[in-house]
Amino acid sequence: MHIVVCIKQVPDSAQIRVHPVTNTIMRQGVPAIVNPYDLFSLEEALRLKDVHGGRVTVITMGPPQAEAALRKCIAFGADEAILVTDRAFAGADTLATSYALASAITQIGKDQAVDMVFAGKQTIDGDTAQVGPGIAKRMDLQLLTYVSQVDALDLMTRTVRVQRRAEGGVQVLTTKLPCLVTMLEGSNEMRFASMDNMFRAARYQLKVWDRVAAGIDDVGKIGLKGSPTVVSKVFAPQARTQRAEIIDTESGEPRDIALTLLSKLFTQHPKLGEAISKRAT
Amino acid sequence: MAEKFDAIVVGAGPSGNAAAYTLAKSGLKVLQLERGEYPGSKNVQGAILYADALERIIPDFREDAPLERHIIEQRMWVLDDASFIGSHYRSDDFNKPPHNRYTIIRAQFDKWFSQKAQEAGVLLICETTVTDLIMDGTQVIGVRTDRLGGSIYADVVILADGVNSMLARKAGFRPELNPGDVALAVKEIHFMPEETIASRFNVSGDAGVVIEMIGKITKGMMGTGFLYTNKESLTIGVGCMLSDFKKQKISPNRLLEEMKSHPSIRPLIEGGEMKEYAAHLIPEGGYKAIPRIYGEGWLIAGDSGMFVNAVHREGSNLAMTTGRIAAETVIELAAQGKACSTKNLAAYRAKLDQSFVMKDMKKYQNLPDILHRNPQFLTTYPELLNQAAHIMLKVDGVDKKSKEKQIRSNFAHRRSLFGLVGDAYKMWRAFE
Ligand SMILES: Cc1cc2nc3c(=O)[nH]c(=O)nc-3n(C[C@H](O)[C@H](O)[C@H](O)COP(=O)(O)OP(=O)(O)OC[C@H]3O[C@@H](n4cnc5c(N)ncnc54)[C@H](O)[C@@H]3O)c2cc1C
Repeated sequence: MHIVVCIKQVPDSAQIRVHPVTNTIMRQGVPAIVNPYDLFSLEEALRLKDVHGGRVTVITMGPPQAEAALRKCIAFGADEAILVTDRAFAGADTLATSYALASAITQIGKDQAVDMVFAGKQTIDGDTAQVGPGIAKRMDLQLLTYVSQVDALDLMTRTVRVQRRAEGGVQVLTTKLPCLVTMLEGSNEMRFASMDNMFRAARYQLKVWDRVAAGIDDVGKIGLKGSPTVVSKVFAPQARTQRAEIIDTESGEPRDIALTLLSKLFTQHPKLGEAISKRAT
Repeated sequence: MAEKFDAIVVGAGPSGNAAAYTLAKSGLKVLQLERGEYPGSKNVQGAILYADALERIIPDFREDAPLERHIIEQRMWVLDDASFIGSHYRSDDFNKPPHNRYTIIRAQFDKWFSQKAQEAGVLLICETTVTDLIMDGTQVIGVRTDRLGGSIYADVVILADGVNSMLARKAGFRPELNPGDVALAVKEIHFMPEETIASRFNVSGDAGVVIEMIGKITKGMMGTGFLYTNKESLTIGVGCMLSDFKKQKISPNRLLEEMKSHPSIRPLIEGGEMKEYAAHLIPEGGYKAIPRIYGEGWLIAGDSGMFVNAVHREGSNLAMTTGRIAAETVIELAAQGKACSTKNLAAYRAKLDQSFVMKDMKKYQNLPDILHRNPQFLTTYPELLNQAAHIMLKVDGVDKKSKEKQIRSNFAHRRSLFGLVGDAYKMWRAFE
């Protein structure tokens, strides 16, 4: 079994600031991390490998620094890592990115057929949630988004059954391999890498592919040229003027604190109180 | 499978990086373990970088090290409640390269230094905490980490794990930290456009200013405040002895908040946007607090060995120097095919004794005690000095001779003649 996991290195958005004068995003000094949503997908892939054996290959399209993110995935237990990097990719939007990744994954498949592709649900820096589905469409893979659990994988019948979070409930879906899965956050917890894997990651020579190695001939489909998206405006959200309030009660008893909180809430939002008392009666 | 190295360095701060870099450069097989997500992610410093110590390790560091500004002006302020008296030293000589001191941002600097060490051949593993030293009798033969299968072996282990050095304490190489031997410092980084810094501090290009402060801002506690200019930000902070914080029951952030609102400081930081807040301990016990720094298969460098010169606010340079000398000691032994035994590693201590490190540490060995026992240096004197300046500078029809007399009597009244002479003597002895 061969699983490919698509990851992205992103700036830790919790630490990003907007330049107060120029309104641009200040990336300098902001640590780069593996997109947190991708880790749920990587962990799920590693769990499938633990049970069914096989191989996990991680792939990213990004600048040379993205190497660090791939190395981290090796430490978690991925077998191989491929960095797809080329100046020609610069300025790619989700359309161009999914094209480049689909093409690279197709190349990977020539070495050993790919049974499953995992991608993050979305990124914390772009938040589009489009790249995973884009890859599935281009590669003609069954698409399973917002998966909270992979219930069963049958390599004989080549089917997989998953639970998918949908509005108002959970769908249980069965589909054929090969498929593309994006995992829901919180669906699993990334393992703590072993010392051996840390050594392996520190020494690992990752594969670096340029445009040609990734099997891309048409430069019109990648980078800025292949990206119809236009950023029309960037602005910093206004800080909320509303202040947090510390609720103090004389007794400090949880019950008193809760009552004080409730009475404050109901005073500030009278409708809420009405709605609740209506329900209660 | 357990791995074996020539040397394991614990920590990727200035001392660990200096040691690892030097060892790897000489061809030894070095593993460096750092618990932070990346080198510098957990580290806190003012931060002033002293070029000399780094130059001895990486002579051409200026080519690509992330340096903020070179320092051309040093201000020393003694603050009263609403005033300060001080000295400014500014020299255009400091503007001529190679520059002597720089402000840096540690998260970026440590990453750069570590990159150099890795290029030299160091195998760095981050996000991994060394939990124990592996002992064979009294000899350290390796380390254990918080990861599964985490035993790793080496001929020598260099503890460059910072002021807390849980490892040295656990192994009994060092006693528990004494609150009287460490300062607790808090600092903030405030974003400020380059142009504002240039006009507020009267600098241009990459030139910068540092302000060191003592006096009422520390409320009688032994400590100092500081304000440094970075490229696009200011660093402001204050640190006092941990024992004093405990006694006075003042929280460090409140102290910093009050310091920031001092009328002499507030205008300098006004309009800045806070980017970062950090707190860290500084080993300030001085020479007398230095523990044993070598033994069977182990060496201690940097803050872990309490190498900080609090008077001159030097720490990172002592860290780099002790790290480098520790490495050089190991390299010499390896070249001669000698073991890293207690007897052979004694050369480390001997080399430090010969260097500025121990000489400076020794020079101020009595200062911490004196300041502890004589809080007047940080409370009464700042007030008296500021009063004196105020009296002399205020033009109010009183003749200068009477003013001098008033100043003298203020001093005598607050400290008595005997006290004044005694204080002068104590200070002279401390700095002798
Ligand atoms: C507010 C402040 C201002 C300062 N200003 C200055 C200044 O302007 N100039 C100056 O020269 N010095 C200054 N210093 C002092 C200077 O920061 C220190 O002396 C210097 O950082 C010491 O370097 P080090 O490598 O010994 O320790 P550290 O920089 O503390 O590095 C220790 C490293 O070891 C790692 N570590 C610890 N335990 C373990 C473990 N068990 N396993 C794995 N890794 C571990 C830590 O994560 C850390 O990265 C200042 C200090 C403070 C707090």
